[in-house]
Amino acid sequence: MKLLVICRRELHAYFGSIVAYVLLAVFLVLSGYFFYSDLIFFVLFGGFTMATGLWQFVFLDMRLVAMLILPLVTMRLFAEERKLGTMELLWTYPVRDGEIVLGKFLAAWLFFVAMLLPTAIGPLVFHHFQPFAVPPVLAGYLGMLLLGSAFIACGLFVSSLTENQVVSAMVTYGIIVLFWFLTWNEEVASYELMRWLLGISLFDRFFQFSRGVIDTQDVVFFILFISFFLFLTWQSLATRSWRGVR
Amino acid sequence: MISAEHLTKHFGAFTAIEDVSFEVARGEIVGFLGPNGAGKSTTMRILAGVFPPSLGRVRIDGQDMVADALRARALVGYFPERAALYVEMTVAHYLTYVGEMKGLRRAAARRDAAAAMANCSLEPVAGRLIGTLSKGFRQRVGIAQALVGAPRVLILDEPTAGLDPEQVADMRALIRGLRAERTVILSTHILSEVEATCDRVIIIHRGRVLALDTPANLTRRVRRGAQIVVEVVGPAEAVAAVLRAESGVIAVDVQAPAADGGARLIVSTDAERDLRTALAAAVARHGWGLRELRPNIITLEDIFLTLVADDPPAPTASTRHETAGHLSA
Repeated sequence: MKLLVICRRELHAYFGSIVAYVLLAVFLVLSGYFFYSDLIFFVLFGGFTMATGLWQFVFLDMRLVAMLILPLVTMRLFAEERKLGTMELLWTYPVRDGEIVLGKFLAAWLFFVAMLLPTAIGPLVFHHFQPFAVPPVLAGYLGMLLLGSAFIACGLFVSSLTENQVVSAMVTYGIIVLFWFLTWNEEVASYELMRWLLGISLFDRFFQFSRGVIDTQDVVFFILFISFFLFLTWQSLATRSWRGVR
Repeated sequence: MISAEHLTKHFGAFTAIEDVSFEVARGEIVGFLGPNGAGKSTTMRILAGVFPPSLGRVRIDGQDMVADALRARALVGYFPERAALYVEMTVAHYLTYVGEMKGLRRAAARRDAAAAMANCSLEPVAGRLIGTLSKGFRQRVGIAQALVGAPRVLILDEPTAGLDPEQVADMRALIRGLRAERTVILSTHILSEVEATCDRVIIIHRGRVLALDTPANLTRRVRRGAQIVVEVVGPAEAVAAVLRAESGVIAVDVQAPAADGGARLIVSTDAERDLRTALAAAVARHGWGLRELRPNIITLEDIFLTLVADDPPAPTASTRHETAGHLSA
């Protein structure tokens, strides 16, 4: 499987440089800090349920950290290869463009999973001392995986457009933040438009997961969103036929 | 082994190459020669499957580079103009990765990587990170990368660019050593390189093929007959008159006289026989001093300059502009 060969090389590139460890460390410190402060808040002020009193805040905070970190994870995927010129070589190997796209996506996704796993330590320790209902937490993690994958697919696409990693990261931030604020102007938007915007808003879709609710519609939306950006990435690689190799 | 039929490549309004056709037989080494921006790299990228041509088609051993892309690419090893490598990998690790990308299993990829390293004298740096290697070694890693997977066709884009003279000699020896089992196309703008390594030459200029022949035939084509350079201490015009009178001499061209009174003449002959002894005798008869007498070897450089000078600007040339230059460079 060429896809796995590509994925393995990408992971090697991640963990062969200091960047991966810095990103991991920042993600873990921030999400650990948020878990701690959200827990203190819940203990002091309480709430009716853990789902709306604690987990919702934990996952909404973790979402922000993921938003901050993931564009930095995806920015190099294609931009670096374009810059180095290695993209050109990749195209001469007997490998399909689709395998290249999926291999790189899988690598960034596994990196994200590696980032996410240690964040379970806090809740696990908490569960040891104070058992609680686990399913809402699992729903939250599923939401994180889907949201993160959506960020990654978007970042992968942007990275395929440029050879500049800073541009790659900034444009990804732009797109993600736009999706975040899309539904914030309910005062000026019509009801119909608002309903439509809510439908495509990544963050409103994520909100349900953070409260422990898994809605099939939301899952399908994320899968469509991810597929759409992977498709765009695949198309973007084909532009070399008129754009040249850069 | 390689067949290129009417290749044309446009990038927007810019035409990088136009109607480029040629065939390369199994086991041949063909040199691709042209000034910078002539369309060499574009052609080689199309041959290697980096991108498809706008018109025309490429077949490698019968496999179409577009329709059977994966099968055709598997037959080709490519060395890009920029020896682009993953700097954070070790040489051995990188070459194994390349083997796997070319469809080998892990163990086979390792064996192939080891063989390619042996072929390119890379064993001493097998465990080094590519980013820490010198230019010469990186270039060799690039060649080794092309060799992995034992492709039948090698497409090398300026394999000796940026190397020092000793490394250039090594690289040429390496390429000549591949002749037995591989078909090679290499591009260069260094003429001596083609003379040193290639069976045939394709000269490309402004995106079109100007000539396609063996170096020997090209020489014959550019100048009929032979030339002899004569340097004499004596009155230039008088010497020229005497030499012109010799039988077999077609023309005598007087070069600018040297500061010390010597005259330099280029004598064109019909090439039927060697006139050097006759010329020497004629000079000696008049009591002039003979300083130099040698056949004027026509180099590929002369051929190249002649062909390029004879090539009128094509109508499409007006659509070429500097900003698009990087696409074909």
